[in-house]
Amino acid sequence: MSEFDFGVILRALPFLWQGMQLTLLLTVLAMMGGILLGTGLALMRMWAPTPFPQLAAGYVNLLRSIPLILVVFWFYFLVPLAIGRAVGAFPSALIAFTMFEAAYYSEIIRAGIQGVARGQLAAAEATGLTYLQAMRYVVLPQAFRAMLPVLLTQSIILFQDTSLVYVVGLHDFLTAATVVAGRDNRLVELYTFVAVIYLVLCVAASYGVRCLRLRFVQ
Amino acid sequence: MIAIEHVDKYYGKHHVLQDCSTHVARGEVVVVCGPSGSGKSTLIKCVNGLEPFQRGKITVDGVSVGDRKTDLPRLRARIGMVFQLFELYPHLTALDNICLAPEKVLRQRRDVAEARAMALLKRVDLVEHARKYPNQLSGGQQQRVAIARALAMDPIAMLFDEPTSALDPEMIKEVLDVMVGLAAEGMTMIVVTHEMGFARKVADRVVFMDGGKILEDRPTDEFFATPSTERAKQFLSKILTH
Repeated sequence: MSEFDFGVILRALPFLWQGMQLTLLLTVLAMMGGILLGTGLALMRMWAPTPFPQLAAGYVNLLRSIPLILVVFWFYFLVPLAIGRAVGAFPSALIAFTMFEAAYYSEIIRAGIQGVARGQLAAAEATGLTYLQAMRYVVLPQAFRAMLPVLLTQSIILFQDTSLVYVVGLHDFLTAATVVAGRDNRLVELYTFVAVIYLVLCVAASYGVRCLRLRFVQ
Repeated sequence: MIAIEHVDKYYGKHHVLQDCSTHVARGEVVVVCGPSGSGKSTLIKCVNGLEPFQRGKITVDGVSVGDRKTDLPRLRARIGMVFQLFELYPHLTALDNICLAPEKVLRQRRDVAEARAMALLKRVDLVEHARKYPNQLSGGQQQRVAIARALAMDPIAMLFDEPTSALDPEMIKEVLDVMVGLAAEGMTMIVVTHEMGFARKVADRVVFMDGGKILEDRPTDEFFATPSTERAKQFLSKILTH
């Protein structure tokens, strides 16, 4: 490795792109699943009768106190045991990320809903809207605006965290680069390239979040 | 039309309403006054069930508010309420604030709701602000939109919870003028306020509260001329000398 050869990256681009596709797919699916499940958890925690709030709180606290890599491992081995057959690395990783992220999303969503002034609910109910209508037309639209930037920031973290899927043998972007780096013995070039791509994507996403925040604050 | 009979309410151990009773007839304007923390706001929030109460009975147009079987949203749709902090929906324009309940509760068509909303905005002198968001309006303008929002449901009675307390002095008049106009049209109103000038001008009766109790409930002239309790005398001398 006497001198840098960045041509190796060009030649490996199709392979790296495949890895990136897996990374993006996993990020988007886990984000959607996580927000959906997280909303359910948040609603359960705020309004369901006992013992559901306690269960939801327990779930959130448990998932937030376990390292992500352990959760990924755990589902890889646990899900096949639970359903009696192998499910493959991708579905198990997707379940792990969804369930893990849901714990974080649910706290963001809960804070967003609780941040809407109580008087808003009273005002909406005073006009004859039912509780659910007041939530749907008055409270949730405001809560969503407040929480959107934080939800997206959490999703940027998720995007980076998906690189952990190498432990169950999935070829995400980072893993693909590792393969090429090992094969061609070009570690510096490949890992630098990976870092730059992550940097560019995350900075761009953060910038987008900041623009959204500014638009909603005014 | 509104009957409050022996109502008791507790926040935990705190006895915030103690054996409160009063009646409001159709077309009557009743001002509720008293020092802060006396239970005035709590009392009118019990009238439309925004606050639950533990004992006693409140009926509005024959419907019992405290009854578990009562369809509260349906009852509330017939009672307008205006809040101290306006509580306009910040993500909706003035027009949409007014149209929301008529569309979702009364199932009015958009054009019907909108036409009515514009008429109400005209009435509170805010037609040119219809497409503005609450944060683009002054406090007085916001409160007038809030009144229009309540009127859009064609209520049989209106509840006002300190509607001018959060306003700068020069905006109080524009809100009171709208309320005076409503009273003149025969709207049944319960108004929690410290505006004694308004009370003298439009109230048929004044209810004076302190410490969760209704201490006086008398015709306006009598109340101001000869308050019967020492507490009401003190209160009046304090707020009328400023």
